[in-house]
Amino acid sequence: MGVGWKRKDLLGIQDLTVDEITLILDTAVSMKEIASRDIKKVPTLRGKTVINLFYEPSTRTRTSFEIAGKWMSADVINISTSSSSVSKGESLKDTGLTLQAMHPDVVVIRHSAVGAPHLLAGILQRTSVINAGDGAHEHPTQALLDLFTIREGRGTLSGLKAAIVGDILHSRVARSNIFAMQKMGMQVRVSGPATMLPRYLDRLGVEVFGRIEPAIADADIIMMLRVQLERQAAGLFPTLREYSKLFGLNLDRLKSARRDVLIMHPGPINRGVEIAPEVADGPYSLILNQVENGLAIRMALLYLLAGGQAANNN
Amino acid sequence: MRILIEGGRVIDPANNVDDVLDVLIEDGRIAALGPGGAARGTPPPDRVLDAHGKVVCPGFVDLHVHLREPGREDMETIATGTRAAARGGFTSVCAMPNTNPVNDNQSVTEFVLDRAKREGAVNVYPVGAITKGQKGEELAEIGELVGAGCVAVSDDGKPVMNAEIMRRALEYAGMFGIPVIQHAEDLNMTGKGSMHEGLVSTELGIRGIPAASEAIIVARDILLAELTRSHYHVAHVSTEESIRLIREAKAKGLHVTCEVTPHHFAITDEAVKSFSTNTKMSPPLRSTRHVEAVKAALKDGTIDAIATDHAPHTIQEKEVEFDSAPNGIIGLETAFALGMTVLVEGEVLTLNQLIARFSSEPARIFNLPKGMLSVGADADVTIVDLTREWVVDARTFASKSRNTPFDGWKLRGEVLATIVGGKVVWELEG
Repeated sequence: MGVGWKRKDLLGIQDLTVDEITLILDTAVSMKEIASRDIKKVPTLRGKTVINLFYEPSTRTRTSFEIAGKWMSADVINISTSSSSVSKGESLKDTGLTLQAMHPDVVVIRHSAVGAPHLLAGILQRTSVINAGDGAHEHPTQALLDLFTIREGRGTLSGLKAAIVGDILHSRVARSNIFAMQKMGMQVRVSGPATMLPRYLDRLGVEVFGRIEPAIADADIIMMLRVQLERQAAGLFPTLREYSKLFGLNLDRLKSARRDVLIMHPGPINRGVEIAPEVADGPYSLILNQVENGLAIRMALLYLLAGGQAANNN
Repeated sequence: MRILIEGGRVIDPANNVDDVLDVLIEDGRIAALGPGGAARGTPPPDRVLDAHGKVVCPGFVDLHVHLREPGREDMETIATGTRAAARGGFTSVCAMPNTNPVNDNQSVTEFVLDRAKREGAVNVYPVGAITKGQKGEELAEIGELVGAGCVAVSDDGKPVMNAEIMRRALEYAGMFGIPVIQHAEDLNMTGKGSMHEGLVSTELGIRGIPAASEAIIVARDILLAELTRSHYHVAHVSTEESIRLIREAKAKGLHVTCEVTPHHFAITDEAVKSFSTNTKMSPPLRSTRHVEAVKAALKDGTIDAIATDHAPHTIQEKEVEFDSAPNGIIGLETAFALGMTVLVEGEVLTLNQLIARFSSEPARIFNLPKGMLSVGADADVTIVDLTREWVVDARTFASKSRNTPFDGWKLRGEVLATIVGGKVVWELEG
């Protein structure tokens, strides 16, 4: 384990302490430097095996973990379940036991079922499990890279106001960020159609707004979430057109935000739906910084969970 | 065979008895009860059970059990399920019809009764299906089912979603004086939900099932009970809203009854945070507000009976992700002790009230000639030790299945012996 880190797994933000989060963010600072080198390689994880077990499709998270592992000299294997025995009906338990028999050091899992990484972590006694997204529950590495991006942009986290807008009900990004931001002393607001706001958020200390305008009014950070078409089919909102009209972040709405506002989005974006192209591509947008920082955070996590030596050994 | 149960505190709510008495059993019936040797009679008994310091009560009656046979004998059989019942102090169980094949006809009912007679440790009362195949579309031959021995009908596992069919079912079953048991939930509202919709589901991101899903069907059915004047029984009631509606219905004199499971008074949705699939069942574990309402309803009699909804599942079925796991937990072997520990020690019910909710009340509402220790009644008797605490160890269960969230719990109230028809079918070693 990297210095100061005690956990076998990273399953969620809810379990982490402020110190642990700070350790991850600080470790990521030195990792980020590797991306700017000509030769993007450090031997930190040489001889370690990282398996990406993705039961759901992913571009950024999976590629991010793959590159992070390879830059650190780990052997990275990608399993996408459509082409694995999972399509033959193999259970998560048996998949876990099979992988365990091949002695991986880290398994990164994304699954549509809440608690799947926790189930796997219990089965893989000698392997670190990283949750890359479990259903609508948590996406801890996303929240960590979001915190990193905010800290980079503002220098601090405590006291900042963040507005998360969109389908909070089904969003693991929203949940992990709510937990993470509150732990680090930020004030969190949410907004979205009433059908997409889970009940009792106020009991978690989150301010809930039925309209986007008051939510973003003096927010330091505006985080937009992707709206999925299948929610329309489920009767949660009538049309993308109406959603965009009521909750989309366009240039007009941006006018009422702070001069130094940070615009974020976990991606992939629906251009023109929840976020206007001009905003996504505009000067306030940190969307691509998020992607870049995702690499640094994931390198930091792989190091903390599976690395033993200092990152700057080369 | 003459058995004398000596020196125990006999609690028989049906006859308003709470006294230290001896109980004499002869030829499968209660022959006599009396203090200090008065009941002994001649010749001397074949067996004397020393019950000094123990409680002697009518054998418990469980209105809601899944014995899984025919069809899923890998989870449980009539033999193992009734042994589990005996271990829990139950002497009669009502067996739900969602077997494979479904008990919607005479031949399945006769199969269950036959198996129970030959291999069952306790009395088995079959519950027939309301609709053919439990599909919710056409009434099953309820007359034939009653004739074959069914004491109630239910599509349990599922609700009857169609109000017209539920109305006709109540009307038709009314001809035979049997209750129609509803598993109350609106399937459209439940959707893909796996747990109670509340603060915990908001935190965990697991799709929630609102309390309204249960209450809406209860509300609808109470109106149908009013229309038809038949006996409507709510299975495993779990919400404050449903309880409120049932309380009003009873106050109006409608023939509405209900039952609650031990898990719905013992644990809340907080237990789901462990992601253990032994916290997944239908209806789901609810939040504190609902658990408190359940306890108050047990106390004021709005809830008539405690029924386990004993639902065995194999280990590999439950050893999966929470969303994929089937609903249900076993309950026969922990029910009474949970009642003792949570309700009596928790000062919600007196011991007498608890025993009534396990015996005389369930028997009364379903018209079963059980749950009492009257002279001449069937000798179905349970002897419990309330002084000892014991630790639940699922590995020692008589049930074939192990899906319980109470493994490792320290409980008060241990069943020492269970007697069915004058025969000792279970006794604790030592």
